Amino acid sequence: MTEEDGGDGEENKDVEARWWPPEAADGGRLGEGPSGSGAGGGGGGGVLADAPPPFSDQVLENVLENVLQFLGCRRDRNAASLVCRSWYRAEALTRSELFVGNCYAVSPARALGRFRRARALVLKGRPRFADFNLIPIDWGALFSPWLTAMVVTHPWLERVCLKRMTVSDDDLALLARSFPSFRDLTLICCDGFGTPGLAAFAEHCRNLRVLDLIENDLEDEVDEDVADWISRFPETITCLESLSFECVDFPVNFAALEALVARSPSLRRLRVNQHVSLGQLRRLIARAPHLTHLGTGSFRLELVPGGAGDLNAADLEAAFLASNSLICLSGFREIAPEYLPAIYPVCVNLVSLNLSYAVITAEQLRPVILQCHNLQTFWVLDTVGDEGLRAVAKTCKNLHELRVFPFDATEESEGSVSDIGLVAISGGCRKLHSILYFCQRMTNAAVLTMSKNCQDLVVFRLCIMGRHRPDHVTGESMDEGFGAIVMNCKKLTRLAVSGLLTDKVFEYIANYGKSVRTLSVAFAGNSDLSLKYVLEGCHNLQKLEIRDSPFGDAGLLSGIHHYYNMRFLWMSSCKLSLGGCNEVARRLPHLVVEVIGNFPNELDSDTVHKLYLYRSLEGPRDDAPPYVRTL
Amino acid sequence: MGSFVNDADNLRDTELRLGLPGTDDAAPEKSSSSPSTARGTSKRALEDDDDKKELSSPPAKAQVVGWPPVRSHRRNNLQVKKAEVEVEAEAGGLYVKVSMDGAPYLRKIDLKVYKGYKELRQALDSMFKCFSSSGEVSRKEGCEYAMTYEDKDGDWMMVGDVPWEMFISSCRRLRIMKGNEAIGLQSRA
Repeated sequence: MTEEDGGDGEENKDVEARWWPPEAADGGRLGEGPSGSGAGGGGGGGVLADAPPPFSDQVLENVLENVLQFLGCRRDRNAASLVCRSWYRAEALTRSELFVGNCYAVSPARALGRFRRARALVLKGRPRFADFNLIPIDWGALFSPWLTAMVVTHPWLERVCLKRMTVSDDDLALLARSFPSFRDLTLICCDGFGTPGLAAFAEHCRNLRVLDLIENDLEDEVDEDVADWISRFPETITCLESLSFECVDFPVNFAALEALVARSPSLRRLRVNQHVSLGQLRRLIARAPHLTHLGTGSFRLELVPGGAGDLNAADLEAAFLASNSLICLSGFREIAPEYLPAIYPVCVNLVSLNLSYAVITAEQLRPVILQCHNLQTFWVLDTVGDEGLRAVAKTCKNLHELRVFPFDATEESEGSVSDIGLVAISGGCRKLHSILYFCQRMTNAAVLTMSKNCQDLVVFRLCIMGRHRPDHVTGESMDEGFGAIVMNCKKLTRLAVSGLLTDKVFEYIANYGKSVRTLSVAFAGNSDLSLKYVLEGCHNLQKLEIRDSPFGDAGLLSGIHHYYNMRFLWMSSCKLSLGGCNEVARRLPHLVVEVIGNFPNELDSDTVHKLYLYRSLEGPRDDAPPYVRTL
Repeated sequence: MGSFVNDADNLRDTELRLGLPGTDDAAPEKSSSSPSTARGTSKRALEDDDDKKELSSPPAKAQVVGWPPVRSHRRNNLQVKKAEVEVEAEAGGLYVKVSMDGAPYLRKIDLKVYKGYKELRQALDSMFKCFSSSGEVSRKEGCEYAMTYEDKDGDWMMVGDVPWEMFISSCRRLRIMKGNEAIGLQSRA
């Protein structure tokens, strides 16, 4: 399934330690220089440079490295690195994937200098609220500095995964040219590049296995400048395993695409954009019968008259019938619902189904979903209504993740799903781990029911789209519902609240939400007490994003004891002033406190419109635009 | 009904309309013929909603940036679909990039937030005024900078030439040009 905002799921992802280089036991460990705390997740304290250890210790370190290579999870690795210097060194040399949760928390030199043998880099840049246009697009998070550093220090680089970073066409070209073993590129919610960059990348990256472009914001190009990047892949048999380009909103050279698929025998995941018609899709499936993941593109017939002609529904169904490895389906960007039955043959095997761009009704969904007994991940549009969700609840007993997106994402919209759908889901899908639910009508009772039925919930994100909406039956605030969630769902690590909420809900979250790591707040609370509760009570809080809530300096200051333990705090359109922010900056020298204005003159006023603070080893960044001031 | 007079209404009265009649920006979008769902089963909920709408909903709530929190990728994609469902003029550009000659940074704005050209100009002025060498950019006469936009067909036009409705449905990106460059565009029109 594509990783649209994978949230905490990514954090827990285990990493296989691969290709531990056999020569690692000897040399190269002299005088590593001063290295600070761990990248990203917070590792050890300052470790001073020292002379190479005596021989017997060296033997021990060799043994240690042999053992530590099997340690996959980065949290375990961070813990291991704190044991002593030996372990610190050994762990640093055996870490194969370097995860940096905030690209500004540590400099490329420092991170790359510590983990000299890393073969994979995962970098996250902008805060999540950037997705909702709360941060101007040139705020920062450039990939370039990391790339240019790695060209020198890590020529063995194999994998890069970037989220919310700015990547230029030149970066893509340089990436492809500089690393002969490079094989995996995943870009999620990035920007700054376009088809010319993709073309250069495809052309020069000879051993590419994975190119996954997910929800990126490509540069708009006038038609003449759009590059035919699909044609630029090598002419030979490729090692491609995964190719996803649903977000590349330009027509693609289909003949070249079909040829590429035909010469990619290892291809298992193919997700095309909406410029691929049903007829074309059928041909692609025929070329790649062993696909496990398929993004179906438009899922409608040719629009151009005289195109592929009519596609027989039976032909399409036969194509799917032959694809008996399919476990994940997405796309359906402009769905012609009459062709949906073609996917019946694969429904029973589906583990993941993304219909969140398909405008379909409950009646159209029902026959499909009633066959999806093994579904674990389901994304859908609210056009299927509460009735559609009932059908889901009836069949998908193993559902782990549900996302219900709004067809009409405005505050005044009718909203097609409600508390009824939520209750239905909670009754049928007892194993639910993660839910994202957009609606206009909700009740505390429904949320309470879910909290009792779905005790395994790890992620609970409810978005009542109309601001400050109360329980539509009782007229009360939604405090009790969310309170029940934190009380009953002991495994909860991520929470997003909405609707009419008072300080009370934050008191609940502080008292019961001890495992919460990520909290999203919008248009909620009455006073600074809310913020105070949360910052004092949620000991595991790492990411806090708040908008349009009446929290001021007093609330901000109550978190001073905790900000070094957090990845970031975002507050916009709250009641902060420069005074309070300056105070925080003064007392926490390793915190970068950015005040962001809509234009530079705004920064002189005492009101702080947007605050973004994060711990960092490097101090203020040098690439901040004029409307950002670091205190 | 609360009186909610805005400049857009005044502008609209005097505008020559070239677009399809009946496309009204301020009208609530709830005449949408969404695919039929089983909303009828939750009749009580619907009634509550109607009551609430009459009592408490303000005529046209000011749009809030980035709310509901749906990524623009998804929002734009579905906006196009909505237009198809409602058989209205296609709603193309929502978030468009704005560049200004001489300024090193691009910005992105949501055209839906503005009710007309006046608001748009105000917003752009305040966004970019720090970059203009002479400080205040006068809107009245002798503008040092001119606002242009690229439409669906890739042509660069002067902002203000076409009715607002048509503009927001066809604008792909904005560019604030130096005055002398823009003269060429103006004389073309």
